[in-house]
Amino acid sequence: MESVIKYLWLMPTAPLVAAGIGALLPRRQRLLSAALAIGAISFSFVLACAAFLATLNSGRAVSNFRWFDFGSTSVQLGWLLDPLGAVMAVMVALVSLLIFVYSLGYMAKDENFTRFFCFLALFAAAMLGLIIANSLLLFFICWELVGLASYLLIGFWFQKPSAAAAAKKAFIVTRIGDLGFLVGMLWLYDRSGTLLFYDGGHGCLERAVAGGMSSATMITLMIFCGAVGKSGQLPLHVWLPDAMEGPTPVSALIHAATMVAAGVFLIARVYPLMTPDTLQVVTWVGAVTAVFAASIAVAQSDIKRILAYSTVSQLGYMMMGLGAGGVAVGMFHLTTHAFFKALLFLGAGSVIHGCHEEQDIRKMGGLRRRMPVTFAAYAVGMMALCGVPLFFSGFWSKDAILDAAQHWSVSQAPFYLGLIGAFLTAFYMTRQICYVFFGKPANREAEHAHESPPVMTVPLIILAALAVVAGFFGTPAWPWFQSYLQGGRAEFDLSKLVEGNQSQVMLLSAGLVAAAIVLSGWIYGRVASRPARDMDPLEAAQPALFACLRRKFFVDEFYDATFVRLTAAFANFSDWLDRDVWGGLVRTVSWLVLAVARFNRGVDESVVNDGFDAGTETVRDSGKWVSRLQNGQVQRYLRVIGLAFCGLLILLLWGAQ
Amino acid sequence: MLNEIAFLLLASLTLAGAVAAMMLRNLVHCALCAAGAFAGLAALYLQLNAEFAGFAQLLVYVGAVAILIVFTILLTRGAEIQPGGTTASPSWWMGVPVGALVAACLVGSIMSSPSLLRLPSQNVQAPVKSIGEQLMTQYIMPLEAIGLLLTAALLGAVVIAMREPPKSEPAAR
Amino acid sequence: MTTPLANYLILAALLFAVGLAGALTRRNAVLVLIGLELMFNAANLNFIAFWRFNPHPEKLMGLMFVLFSIAIGAAEAALGLALVIAIYRHRRTAQVDQFDSLKG
Repeated sequence: MESVIKYLWLMPTAPLVAAGIGALLPRRQRLLSAALAIGAISFSFVLACAAFLATLNSGRAVSNFRWFDFGSTSVQLGWLLDPLGAVMAVMVALVSLLIFVYSLGYMAKDENFTRFFCFLALFAAAMLGLIIANSLLLFFICWELVGLASYLLIGFWFQKPSAAAAAKKAFIVTRIGDLGFLVGMLWLYDRSGTLLFYDGGHGCLERAVAGGMSSATMITLMIFCGAVGKSGQLPLHVWLPDAMEGPTPVSALIHAATMVAAGVFLIARVYPLMTPDTLQVVTWVGAVTAVFAASIAVAQSDIKRILAYSTVSQLGYMMMGLGAGGVAVGMFHLTTHAFFKALLFLGAGSVIHGCHEEQDIRKMGGLRRRMPVTFAAYAVGMMALCGVPLFFSGFWSKDAILDAAQHWSVSQAPFYLGLIGAFLTAFYMTRQICYVFFGKPANREAEHAHESPPVMTVPLIILAALAVVAGFFGTPAWPWFQSYLQGGRAEFDLSKLVEGNQSQVMLLSAGLVAAAIVLSGWIYGRVASRPARDMDPLEAAQPALFACLRRKFFVDEFYDATFVRLTAAFANFSDWLDRDVWGGLVRTVSWLVLAVARFNRGVDESVVNDGFDAGTETVRDSGKWVSRLQNGQVQRYLRVIGLAFCGLLILLLWGAQ
Repeated sequence: MLNEIAFLLLASLTLAGAVAAMMLRNLVHCALCAAGAFAGLAALYLQLNAEFAGFAQLLVYVGAVAILIVFTILLTRGAEIQPGGTTASPSWWMGVPVGALVAACLVGSIMSSPSLLRLPSQNVQAPVKSIGEQLMTQYIMPLEAIGLLLTAALLGAVVIAMREPPKSEPAAR
Repeated sequence: MTTPLANYLILAALLFAVGLAGALTRRNAVLVLIGLELMFNAANLNFIAFWRFNPHPEKLMGLMFVLFSIAIGAAEAALGLALVIAIYRHRRTAQVDQFDSLKG
């Protein structure tokens, strides 16, 4: 433990160095840039495994250091090694490594290959830093860096206006959440005097927050705002679907497996601070988001958009799990979701690559035979996501959440919302599979689709294996994951599977999933076989509802009409203020100064110059005039002397009297 | 009584001579009238018991200065008719009032002076012997200075009035 | 001596005024010099008169002054006339109003 914590800071630093070097490389150094990134992330993965092993016996190690002083206090940052961070680090490093390798194949034809790997490495560094941060401030710094990397990567093809707009939207929307996060962070600092999580008893998570329950509730609600933004919960979910403008590896890594999970991770990290009121809010937000996003996904026709809304929905599940069931429940679903969602996205990328950059599912079809490996992996992922029982990890993790929701003391509504969401999830995933892989190809590209190269399919296979295997670590029969995170021993006990109403919940969810798959398969299976698929059967049945779902409940339009318009109006007002009022003031001042200058010049020329000239003229003329007194006539001089003498005499004589 | 009559006579003679010297047209006449005025003054000195001063006045002024004036008039062709000009300078009308004003001021100051109450001293004697003694004792410095002055004046007058040698003609003016 | 001091002083003042008026009025340089001499003599008369009416006439101060004054007056007259002669040689005129080359 001690030796690992000493070198833990190398985990984010290696990718950071790779990113730094990559930023300086010229465009043709493609291989070097990729090698740096992949090498760095492999090194981080090894270090993460070492950290994981070190934490197997539970416990926690910290390594704090001082950043800078101000006044009498100092700002401290630090690294934390504990089960929560270790398992997250392993997951992030592994998924990142697989996606980096996948990108070698996917982005091979792109001319900005070097820049892509530089940004990927930057993202990985920031994400890993976020995971092992022991200070909320360091966490926030890495949080912002992750947001920056997301912006850079969403807008990777910045020449496309839609991509640039999507990047901007992502950044701005998450910023709104980050504002709440920042307020909460400052408030926490004020209340507890430190931002370190664990500090030998003095950390902010180790003591009760001064100010009692109400301030703790407010602080954690503020921090939850940040999670809402980053994890795409209602109402700040609008950026996630648009973020699909970025390359598919980016969508897989950032917007499925890791970055959006950072919000969930944040809540898990500061869980000791959460009050029951905040947890209620978290649960409700998560439940509503889960159903909201799932219903929108039913009506989408872009392969990546469906998966994006699915991600939003699953994040809602994670929040629900955190709120109702605790850290272990939420984190278990986060881990399994990372694997199968990354798998689904990479599979989608493979499909897009095979169909020559076609993303509309209505134009695909029959890829089952043309891309078998992709199909197999995708099917595994789909079943994991839907929660098909027993063999697929999604079943176990989602079940844990539903179980916790059922036992929630406050209300049963999230439980029912969760069930509805599970039904919808299975429904839209089956719909997607039918459109993409079954039936007949809709156009020529789909007909001539080819399987992707091994550099892309091997990560798919690995992820598929993980999607199956990871589930077995958290079943009720052997709750290793939960005991790892919470302490205590896990025992292998198959009887726990059929105990209590846990088995009832499992049967209920399995039944719902089966019903959804059958229903969707029946509706869309026939549609997929028709060559001309112009209308979705649901659209034909309920056009208004379908249009509403397709248009994402008009949330974007609503935001546009209100917030965006308000902000634009305010911006226009500020521009007017700056240009006309302040600018006018400045112009007036400069005009005044100029006028004063002109006046000075006038004064100088007319008054000073002319005055001076007049003065000198006067002196000269008076000199001329006075010199006339001296006319050379001696008699005049004598006359003057005589007069002066008289004057003097008079003065002396009669002045003295 | 006699004294006063003598004084009146001598005073009028002197004054008349002076006025005439200043007003006559012919310069030589002016010079001679001036000499007459000097003589009158000498007589007044004698009346005032300043015999030595009176005779010195006669010797110097009447004998030397007046003759000098006459010589200068002759040397500067002053005796000839002035070509088309008056005797008086253009601003003569300003000179007379100034003189009158000066006279008035002086007379006024004399009349209001307390020294009018002085009485003449008795038994005034100014023998030449005592004059000589004084010159050699008390006034020795002025005497020597006068000697120097007179030498310088003599030399200066000669130099100024001398006809310049021909070789320094171009440097003149 | 029965004539009061005032008479002599008034005479001297009038003599002085006449000399001044003449010096200011006449054109010829020689006449200006004559006027000057008259002024000198008026002052000398003043001195003698005051000496005579002095309580201590044996001091001979007034008399001495007059002697020296006469000597100096003579020297000055000589020089002045020499100057007039010299100017006459250059300017061919003895009129004072034509000696104005020192004007400003």
